[in-house]
Amino acid sequence: MSVLPAAFLPTLVRRERASLAATLLAPPIALAVATILNLGLYVLLGRDPIAVVHAMLLEPFLSWTSFSEVLLKAAPLLLIAQGLAIGFRAKVFNIGAEGQFILGAIFASAIPVWFPQATGQWIWPLMLLLGALGGGLWASLTAFWRVRLNANEILVSLMLSLVAAQLLNYLLLGPWKDPNGFNFPQSVMFQYDAMVPILISGTRVNVSLLLTLAFSAAAWVFMQKSFTGYKLQVGGLAPRAAGYAGFNEGWAIWLSLLIGGFAAGLAGAAEVAGPLGQLQRSISTGYGYAAIIVAYLGGLHPLGIVFSALLMAVLYIGGDNAMVSANLPIAAVRVFQGSLLLAYLIAVAFVRHRLEWPRAAVRSQS
Amino acid sequence: MNAIDFILAGMLGAATPFLLAALGELVAERAGVLNLGVEGLMAFGAVLAFIIVYHGGGHFLGFVAAGLGSAVLSLVFAVVALGFRANQVATGLAIGILGQGLSALFGKTYESLTVKGLPKLAFPWLSEIPVLGSLFIQDIVVWLSLAATLALWGMFAYTKTGLVVRAVGENPKAAHAIGYSVTSVRVFAIAFGGAMAGFAGAYAAVVYTPLWADGMIAGRGWIAIALVVFGTWLTGRIFLGACLFGAVSLMGLAAQATGLDVPSQLLSSLPYLVTIIVLGIISADRRLLKLNGVASLGEPFER
Repeated sequence: MSVLPAAFLPTLVRRERASLAATLLAPPIALAVATILNLGLYVLLGRDPIAVVHAMLLEPFLSWTSFSEVLLKAAPLLLIAQGLAIGFRAKVFNIGAEGQFILGAIFASAIPVWFPQATGQWIWPLMLLLGALGGGLWASLTAFWRVRLNANEILVSLMLSLVAAQLLNYLLLGPWKDPNGFNFPQSVMFQYDAMVPILISGTRVNVSLLLTLAFSAAAWVFMQKSFTGYKLQVGGLAPRAAGYAGFNEGWAIWLSLLIGGFAAGLAGAAEVAGPLGQLQRSISTGYGYAAIIVAYLGGLHPLGIVFSALLMAVLYIGGDNAMVSANLPIAAVRVFQGSLLLAYLIAVAFVRHRLEWPRAAVRSQS
Repeated sequence: MNAIDFILAGMLGAATPFLLAALGELVAERAGVLNLGVEGLMAFGAVLAFIIVYHGGGHFLGFVAAGLGSAVLSLVFAVVALGFRANQVATGLAIGILGQGLSALFGKTYESLTVKGLPKLAFPWLSEIPVLGSLFIQDIVVWLSLAATLALWGMFAYTKTGLVVRAVGENPKAAHAIGYSVTSVRVFAIAFGGAMAGFAGAYAAVVYTPLWADGMIAGRGWIAIALVVFGTWLTGRIFLGACLFGAVSLMGLAAQATGLDVPSQLLSSLPYLVTIIVLGIISADRRLLKLNGVASLGEPFER
């Protein structure tokens, strides 16, 4: 019946226990495979592959300035991915972090847009807090739809992201447009006190990197050590068992989405109050979607995500470099991201499975 | 032309990208596969069709290339999700990101360029009915999509093929036990879904709005996935849902034409808002979803 010559193809056989070696090797192998495939694509596009590799994967490390830009990019990716991973482990697929990020940026911008003269050290912390609330609020719509109306959270959260992008456009073309901004779709530049303080002088890296690392540590404690985190994971791995144990599914969905929205909103706030200094149309270059890849590539583990966020940030900065020096379209970064996730999903199959070739199968049966 | 005429004449055309993609996703989901990469598959098909039509290859060749290209991309999904038993949600998202990336990459030099659309064909007699007549003047792809809808409905209702696809989605173990290859059926269903998404993208790019712009699919692939839920996995209801979304996306334009003082961004987000609201209404009826839903949807099959 099969269309494939099944007799010659190896089959995946479940391992007795998960392979630690495969767990640790999957991300670097996926990176290597994705790099090779994409280099092939660049050759087809008529670009010099050596120049692209140099610009994309090496240059970000070659100067302190460009590495500090990597750290700057890594912060929002890390923050969003930590929040998403908690939900993904509970099998709550919030893929609307992009929208929650945008709402966080909008909420945070409300203060400098409405009170451009305000001064005081309290402004930027309040903005970050508002941003987190905005992201959580946007995510709570998805949670309500999922828990009370039984609607699929993947579709609702994604649709809300598209709505959020339109809301941002509306504000920037309408009520929040900078009156002295030559009609550009952007808000006023924020005042000094509305900016997150710089952490490393001479760079744009700001205090939000510390917040991000603190959130990562908290995510680790929450998921690996706390009973609440344990309940969420059981809900994801064995929903029926979680039900018998009396773990409330609706509560798990609310918690997952709120944490994800909170983190994404905080990231959005830190972006406008950090490197951008104003609300713009391009506040997010797909961070919300890239963070999904970061979360998976980090094995949905708080520690792994720290590394995958750095890698993704290198790809962003390196992609910008390659655009300038090797004339590579920026869309190539998205192609790389997609193929990286696919390669990882294949590599990670070997954590729980091993390949069995047809001949070996016959021998083991006899 | 008043607003009602405008919507009647344009509704089926606007509905066609939704309809084609949703019919493809319907077949995949009926076989138990949740492919969330539709948006990217549409974008990929769209750029292939646009490039071919722009260089004078003609619409037929454009649609063929879009269907084939997106089917091949969806086979990558099949290899990862079925062959390597990866999480279907993650795999679908990856294919979506990859498809959108490839679309932007290939389409970069075509930004803002235009091609010629397709002529409208009037259905004899029916197109002369007063008021409703404009509903029956459509291009060939719309007519073919309607035929495909009927054919799929017939397949699921009356043929053994339809029954096998449904059996594989409802109870893969039983289907396997009586000798059907679950994997083969699912591979074909995925490839069919990919090809249909490619046609949908092609229609959007070279017929409906024959102009290339990055991100032109604008969430229509996601709405198509939602349509399968709205239609509770039934062909006829999916068709009605697609018509509703065709009308909703025209309502924005009609409202702007009449000079209604509503922010254009609100009108642009109308299809997304309607999706969210309808999804809430339909899903709230848990019995309906349970009754019509596909039992093994999204779950990998292991013998």
